[in-house]
Amino acid sequence: MTVQDTTRTDDARVRYEPQDGVLLEVEDLFVEFHTADGIATAINGVSFELHQGESLAILGESGSGKSVTAQAIMGILDMPPAVIPSGHIRYCGQDLLTMPEEQRRKTRGPEVSMIFQDALSSLNPVFPVGWQIAEMFRVHRGMNKSDALQQAVRLMERVQIPAARERVKAYPHQFSGGMRQRIMIAMAIALDPAVLIADEPTTALDVTVQAQIMSLLEELQEERQMGLILITHDLGVVADVADRIAVMYAGRLVEKADVDALYASPAHPYTRGLLESIPRLDQKGQTLAAIGGLPPNLMRIPPGCAFNPRCRMAQDVCRTDRPELREVAPGRLSACHFAEEVIDA
Amino acid sequence: MSDAAIAETTSAAPTHEGGDTGPARSLASDAWRTMRRSPFFWISSALIAVFLLMAIWPSLFTSTDPTQAVLSDARVRPNSEAWFGRDIQGYDIYSRCIYGARASILVGLLSTVLTTLVGGTVGVFAGYAGGWTDTLLSRLGDIFFAIPLLLGAVIVLVTLPATDNYFLIVLKVVLALVVLGWPSMARLMRSSVIQVKPNDYVQAARALGASPWRVIRSHIVPNALAPMIVVATINLGAYISAEATLSYLGIGLQPPTVSWGVDISAAVVGMRTTPHMLFFPSLFLSLAVLAFIMLGDVVRDALDPKNR
Repeated sequence: MTVQDTTRTDDARVRYEPQDGVLLEVEDLFVEFHTADGIATAINGVSFELHQGESLAILGESGSGKSVTAQAIMGILDMPPAVIPSGHIRYCGQDLLTMPEEQRRKTRGPEVSMIFQDALSSLNPVFPVGWQIAEMFRVHRGMNKSDALQQAVRLMERVQIPAARERVKAYPHQFSGGMRQRIMIAMAIALDPAVLIADEPTTALDVTVQAQIMSLLEELQEERQMGLILITHDLGVVADVADRIAVMYAGRLVEKADVDALYASPAHPYTRGLLESIPRLDQKGQTLAAIGGLPPNLMRIPPGCAFNPRCRMAQDVCRTDRPELREVAPGRLSACHFAEEVIDA
Repeated sequence: MSDAAIAETTSAAPTHEGGDTGPARSLASDAWRTMRRSPFFWISSALIAVFLLMAIWPSLFTSTDPTQAVLSDARVRPNSEAWFGRDIQGYDIYSRCIYGARASILVGLLSTVLTTLVGGTVGVFAGYAGGWTDTLLSRLGDIFFAIPLLLGAVIVLVTLPATDNYFLIVLKVVLALVVLGWPSMARLMRSSVIQVKPNDYVQAARALGASPWRVIRSHIVPNALAPMIVVATINLGAYISAEATLSYLGIGLQPPTVSWGVDISAAVVGMRTTPHMLFFPSLFLSLAVLAFIMLGDVVRDALDPKNR
């Protein structure tokens, strides 16, 4: 650290310390998209906490609001059309939503950081990858070019890019999908963020590479004690990495549980449907159970439980009363009127 | 990794060189590496260098005064004394072609640079900001876009005070072309910015804490620039001919100012009887335009990293 760096830290940077180990707290968050066709409620009252060193997986199908949640936390939603009518996103006790934009921008990168789904399109095609990683150090830490580039090489080595020293000058399109995602990860962890959000980091990759990227993420998370939010639609991907899983459906959390408990006995019919629809080698010759129907249109979310039109267990009460997220067993939350029966089943 | 594409590492000691690789220079130096392998780059650069030399030191190429009239030899065909022949006033055409480069190149370059700067800046702001800013700037551009070139140029050139200073005359013509030319550049830039803006890497840059200014500078502009460069080089030729048009109408450059446009206009009347009067200034004009278009092509290819 140079003298200049220290003064920067003292003057410009706000120190953030987690309170009681809670890094990030999302409270009763609503996100709406105001479009010409009407108002789509993408997030409909979501609350969760992320602790230091914890991996939280947010699981859901397309349109369930999981990516919007990530974008809302990062503050990169396009507003308009997006509107956040109510809710809080607190990072170490500071509400990000009421923070002045300039101060909030400075939290992106060193405090909260993000990895995107498609690493090819997430890297600027006209600059060498090393330059793009080095830019993080130059912009946020005021490092000079050669130091920043040295750091970039070190990071590329850390994310296991072979011959990093030679490839620091290569362009994104000269790398394979997996390597590009490693570079994206290197950029995201460059400034040692306390929270890392990975939005479907392996969706664009093939299965063997998926496993490598996931284990890299897990390794980095343990090494740096980051809070990791892993957004995915793939239950198989998260099983090894996540500590807790939050399942989203139509903009709401429908279940939240420790990963082992959730896999052992889901407490929501939707989660159960998802688990049953994973192809398994030991069930040869059987028809794969799928969840019938489609996720609801976010402009016309059905009254009662949003999942009721697709739920095999739906009763009259499900069509009229919306089940709130409640504790159904120690450390387990479910938003189902019949959660206890689902667990026992 | 078997699936890793093998990157071409052109530099022998990348880390030692890498230390001073900056944002502008990394893009520019890589473009340079591609360009210097292209024969077209060298041909066009050589031509442009010759034209620039002509524009700066015409006396290097000829010792004949372009405004020295030898009326007895008017309209004489190319011969050993006057290589390109003489025009209707008995001026030496070779000498006039050499001296004419200055006005034409000056008008072409200045108009291109200024329309690109003005139009590009407006386009970036309109495209990036969107909403009201976009509407306002686009409509403002449309107002200028709706004015016909000749009518607009007449208004601009006639309104400005008359002057005898060579550079002020050239600047007046440039101003007329810029005032009428920036909206098309702004439109082009706006549309490519709008294309680039929703890309994931722009989002990713924001998510990693880049300020709006940095997003524009490092991510939007470098990716939106290629069409501008191509159109700018094509426009350069168009501006040189527009200068000729304005001169022809008597509102652009005026004799005794020497320019290819002035000479082409003067030669059009004798196109059938004395084609050499038209041919040589046109040849110089075409070569200059060709050189810039060729260079523009090479630069565009070099700026696209996928071609490397």
